[in-house]
Amino acid sequence: MTSNADSPHPFIPNTASERAQMLATIGVDDFDALITDIPEQHRNSSLRLPNAASELEVATRMQALAALNQDAGTRPSFLGAGAYHHFIPSTVGAILQRGEFVTSYTPYQPEAAQGVLQSGFEFQSAVAQIFGMEVANAGMYDGPTAFAEAGLMAARVSRRNRILILDTADKRLFEVAEAYARYQQVEIEAISRESVLNGDVPDDAACIAFQSPNFLGRIEDVKALTDAAHAAGALSVMHTYPTALGMFKSPGEFGVDIATGEGQPLGVPLTFGGAYVGLFTTKQRFIRQLPGRIIGRTTDTLGRTGYTLTLQTREQHIRRERATSNICTSTQLIGLMVAVYCATMGPNGLRKVAELSYHKAHYLANAIDALPGWSVIGGGGTFFNEFAVECPIAPVEVSRRLADRGITGGLPVTIPPDFGGNTRGASEGMLLCVTEMNSRQGIDRLVNALSDIGNGGAA
Amino acid sequence: MYPDDLKYSSEHEWARVGNGDVAEVGITNFAQDTLGDVVFVELPEIGSKVDQFDKFGEIESVKAVSDLFSPVSGTVTAVNEELEQSPELVNSDPYGDGWIMEVQLDDPSELDELMDSQTYQGTLE
Amino acid sequence: MSDGVVPNASVADMHDRRLLMDRSVSGRRAIEMPAADVPLAEMPSDDLLRDADDLQLPEVSQLDVIRYFTLLSRLNFSIDTNFYPLGSCTMKYNPKLNDQVASLGGFANIHPLQTDESVQGALEVMFELQQWLGEATALPGVGLAPLAGAQGEYAGLLIARAALEMRGESHRKVALIPDSAHGTNPASAAMAGLDVVTVKTDEFGNVDVEDLRAKADENACVFMLTIPSTLGLFEPNIIEINNIIHDAGGLVYADGANLNALLGLVKLGDLGVDICHSNLHKTFSTPHGGGGPGAGPVMVTEELASFLPEPIVVKSDTTRHSGSTTRHSGESRNPEGPGQSDIPTPSPSQGEIKRGSYHLTRPDNSIGKINGFHGSFSILVRAYTYMQSLGGDGLRAVSENALINANYIQARLRDRFDLAVDRLCMHETVLSGKRQADRGVPALSIAKRLLDYGIHAPTMYFPLIVPEALMVEPTETESKETLDRFVAVMQAIDDEIDSDPDSVNHAPHTLPNTRLDEATAARRPVLRWSSNGD
Repeated sequence: MTSNADSPHPFIPNTASERAQMLATIGVDDFDALITDIPEQHRNSSLRLPNAASELEVATRMQALAALNQDAGTRPSFLGAGAYHHFIPSTVGAILQRGEFVTSYTPYQPEAAQGVLQSGFEFQSAVAQIFGMEVANAGMYDGPTAFAEAGLMAARVSRRNRILILDTADKRLFEVAEAYARYQQVEIEAISRESVLNGDVPDDAACIAFQSPNFLGRIEDVKALTDAAHAAGALSVMHTYPTALGMFKSPGEFGVDIATGEGQPLGVPLTFGGAYVGLFTTKQRFIRQLPGRIIGRTTDTLGRTGYTLTLQTREQHIRRERATSNICTSTQLIGLMVAVYCATMGPNGLRKVAELSYHKAHYLANAIDALPGWSVIGGGGTFFNEFAVECPIAPVEVSRRLADRGITGGLPVTIPPDFGGNTRGASEGMLLCVTEMNSRQGIDRLVNALSDIGNGGAA
Repeated sequence: MYPDDLKYSSEHEWARVGNGDVAEVGITNFAQDTLGDVVFVELPEIGSKVDQFDKFGEIESVKAVSDLFSPVSGTVTAVNEELEQSPELVNSDPYGDGWIMEVQLDDPSELDELMDSQTYQGTLE
Repeated sequence: MSDGVVPNASVADMHDRRLLMDRSVSGRRAIEMPAADVPLAEMPSDDLLRDADDLQLPEVSQLDVIRYFTLLSRLNFSIDTNFYPLGSCTMKYNPKLNDQVASLGGFANIHPLQTDESVQGALEVMFELQQWLGEATALPGVGLAPLAGAQGEYAGLLIARAALEMRGESHRKVALIPDSAHGTNPASAAMAGLDVVTVKTDEFGNVDVEDLRAKADENACVFMLTIPSTLGLFEPNIIEINNIIHDAGGLVYADGANLNALLGLVKLGDLGVDICHSNLHKTFSTPHGGGGPGAGPVMVTEELASFLPEPIVVKSDTTRHSGSTTRHSGESRNPEGPGQSDIPTPSPSQGEIKRGSYHLTRPDNSIGKINGFHGSFSILVRAYTYMQSLGGDGLRAVSENALINANYIQARLRDRFDLAVDRLCMHETVLSGKRQADRGVPALSIAKRLLDYGIHAPTMYFPLIVPEALMVEPTETESKETLDRFVAVMQAIDDEIDSDPDSVNHAPHTLPNTRLDEATAARRPVLRWSSNGD
C-alpha cells in the first residue's frame, strides 16, 4: 500500500510534498486550477480500467498470455509469405540492449545523435550493397508500404499516373498500394507477365512493379521485365526478399530503378507482423523524389567527419502538404537490427543463409513431389525457398491436421488459373517456406505428416 | 546590392535584358539572404515555356523550400547548369554566376510590370 | 579521424569514426553458419546467380561488431542517459519490463499468418488494448493497424472520406488545419486528396473561432485539431468548434499526439471528437528507438467503427455479429479467394488453448490494409504492458504530473524567457527566445548550448507561428531535482549570452562533433559507404 505522502508510482517521482511545493511555485492552490480550460461537464472523467499492478503481477500475466501462443522457436514452422523465420545472431540482441539507442529520439540534433546517425548510415550502406543499388533511405514502415511508396515515387519521377503491378505479386502488396494511392490521382492496375513481355504496356504507364521471388516463390525474369518497362518509358520497380539476394543477382544488376523489400528477414524476429522495417533503394539521380528520412555524411566546423539528416526539404516538416510522403519515422531501431545483422553475417554469412534456405526448400519440394496425391505447382521455374503444393484435401484442413501434430504448416492459398507459371487451372494449394531454421528432422516430420494426411490419417 | 540595370519582381526575382529580346533571370540578394544556404535549384527544361509571375521551378535551402516565379514570359533558351554542382553560387553571386535561366521574351513590354532597383528596395523596408 | 596513438583511450576511440567497411579485413568473420544437413540441390543457372565478390559487406570479427556499435551508442543522447525535454515528443522513461515482455518467445516468435487459434494470447493483448484505448478516449472503435502517428492520421482521414462518401457527400474535400499544426497534418491531408485550408490562431493561442466559422462550409470534410495544441494549450472553445464543424456537415479529427496530457482528465469522444489517433510511443511510453518504430492506433465513434483499417480483433462470444465478417486469418489474402469460410472448428486435442475466442477480422466498410500485417505488434505489447502497470489511477497520475512539471518549469523560467502565450500550460510550455535573439543569440544556439550541459535540446522553431520557439516538455517521469537543474542551466546560458555570446553561438563544444555542415551534406549528398571513400 502507498501512503498519500509517497510518489504515486515507480515511474512518477513527485512526492506529495514536492507536488505541493511545485503548485505553490506555479501560483495555484491545487491541481484543478491547471485544467480550467477543459469544459467542466467533461472534466475528471474517470478511467474505467483496472488498478495499477506491480511489476511482478504484470510480468506474470504477460508470460501467461505469451504462453498461449504457438512459438515458431519451439515447433517446426513452414510459414513465409512476407515474414520469415531466420536465424538472428546474438550480437543483434546484445546491441539492442543499449538504452542509448533504444531510448533516443529522431536525430534532429546531430551533434547529440551521432550514434543513431552513423549506425543509420551503416544501414543505408548495407541495404544499398545488398540490393546493388546506388542509394537507400533510412527505412520505411515495412515492405508493403515501401512498395506502395515506390509506385507513387515512380509516378512523380515519370510524371505519369498508371502504376502497373504484375499479377504474380502478393495480394497484400496490391491492397496497400491501393490504400496509399486512393486519392492521389494515380491508377493501380494489375498486368500479366505475358502482356509486359509482349510489349503490351500502355504508354502512360509510370512503372512496371513486380515481386521477385513472386508470391508463390518463383524468380521472375527481372531483366526482361525491366527492359520492357524501359522500352515503354516506364520505371522498373521491384519488391524482393533481401535474403534471396545472398545468392541471386541484385535488382541493380538488371537496371531496376526502384527496389524495395521487407527488412524483417535480416535480423528481426517475426513478432506477429511488426514492427518491421521497409527497405527502399533507388538510383542517385532520383534522390530528391525519395520518401522518408535520409542520412548523409558531412564534416563539422573542425573538419571532422560526422553525419546528419539530409535532403530534409522533401519531408513533411518542411514541405507540409507538398511533401514526398507524410512519413515521419525511419523505423530506426529495426534498421539498427538490420545493420548489426549485416555486419555480423558479412558477405559469406548472408550467402550461406540464402544457400541453406535454397537447399533445404528444394529437399522438401522433392520429397513432397514424390508423395502420391501431392505435387509442386509451377514446376520448371526457379524458386528460392518458397513454393506452392497442390494438396489432396483442402489446404485449410491440412493446416489444421498439421497443427494437431505440432507442426505449423504453410499458408493455404488459392492459385488463379492464369497465375504465372500455373497451367493447370485454378487450384487450392499450400505455400510452404523453408529457411536455415528448419532442420532436416523437422522437414522429414512434415513430409511424414503430409504423407499420413494424404493417406487419410485424421490425427 | 540591387544593381540599377536589372528589373525586379515582388516575388524577389530579377531580369536582365541584354541583346534583343533575351532576358537573364535570377533571385535577388534579399531572397538568397532570406533563404540562407541554397542547396538545390530545380531548373526548368530548355525549350519550355514560362509565364510572367507563374512558377517555373523551386529553390531549396537546408530547411526551407520556395517556389521560383518567372518575372517574364517566354521560352527558356538556357539554364545555369553550374548550379547542379554548385548551388551556393546563388548565395555568393546572385546577379552573376548565380543566374538561373535565360528566356526568349514573348513580349518585351511585360518588363514594364517590373520594378526598378529603387522601387524594389522600397518594398523591402 | 585519428590513426595515431593517443594516450587517452576514451578520446581515441570516440574519434575513430571509420565505418565498418573501412575496418573490414578480408577473411574475417563474426559468425559461423552450420553446414547443410540435406543433400545439395542443383543450383540455378549462372545468369541468375550473384558473383561471389559482388556483395560488399563488412568482414570483421564478432568483437569488432560489438565494440563498434557500443562505441556508436556512446556518441548518443538518450533518456537512459540524459534529461530530454523535447517538446511534443514526450521523451519519458521507457519501463524496461515492456522490452522484456516484448522479447518473450511467445510474442517475438509468432508468425503473422498463423491461424487465429494458435495466437490467442497475442490476440487477447490486441483486443484488450483496443478496449483500453477506447475507454481512454471515449471513442470505442479502435484500429491498431497504423504503424505510426502519421499512418494513424492517414487512416483517420481515409475513414472520414469513406464515411462522407457513403453519405453521398464525396464533394467534401477540404481539410481545415490550424496554422500551429504539425507538418504531418497537411501532408496526410494531401495524401488523402484533401485541399488544405489554414485556420488562424488567435492572440491567446486558441483557434480563431470566427475564422473557422467563415471557412467551415459545405466543402468541409474534416477539421484537424491537435489537442492539446502544439502550443501546449487546451482549446477552451472545443465544444463550440466541434459544433461548428458538425453543423457544417464535417467531421472532427483530433491529433492525439499529446494524449499524455489528458488521461483521466477528459475524454476526446465526450467533447464531440469523431476520430483521433494516439502515438503509443509518446503517451504509452514505448521506446522511440532513435526514430521509430512507432504505433499510431486510430480511435473512432461507434458509427465510424465499420470503416476501421484491417484488421481488428473481435471476441467471438460477444461481438461475433457486430458488423464484422469473421474469417480465418490464413485465408484473408488469397489472390482470388472463394467465399470465406467460417472459423475452423476447434479440435479437442489442444485443450489448454482457448481456441476460437479471439479473431482477426476485416470491418465491413474497412478502408482496407494500410500496411503488411496487423500493426506494430511489438509496440502494442509494450503499450499494453505499460497500461497495466499504471492502471486507471496511475494513468491519471501520469497526466497530472506531466502538467505540474511543465507548469513548474514555465513558472520558474518566465522572468528570463518570454512565453509564447502567457497562460497556464498543459504538458509542455513554449518559450520564445526573442529577448535572447535580440541580444545576439538565436534559439538554435541556446538549444545547442544545452547539449554541453548534458541536456537534450528542446524542440526548436516549432510551432512555426512562435518566433525563436523553444518547446519544453519535461514529462511526469522526471524529478523535481532534474527540473531545478534544467532551470539553473537555462539561467546560466542566459547569463552566458551577456558574458560570452560567441561561445554560446558556437556550441556545442564538448560532444563528438561540433556543428555540422548541413548545407554541404544537402548540396553534394554522400549517402553510403563507397570504396573510393567519397
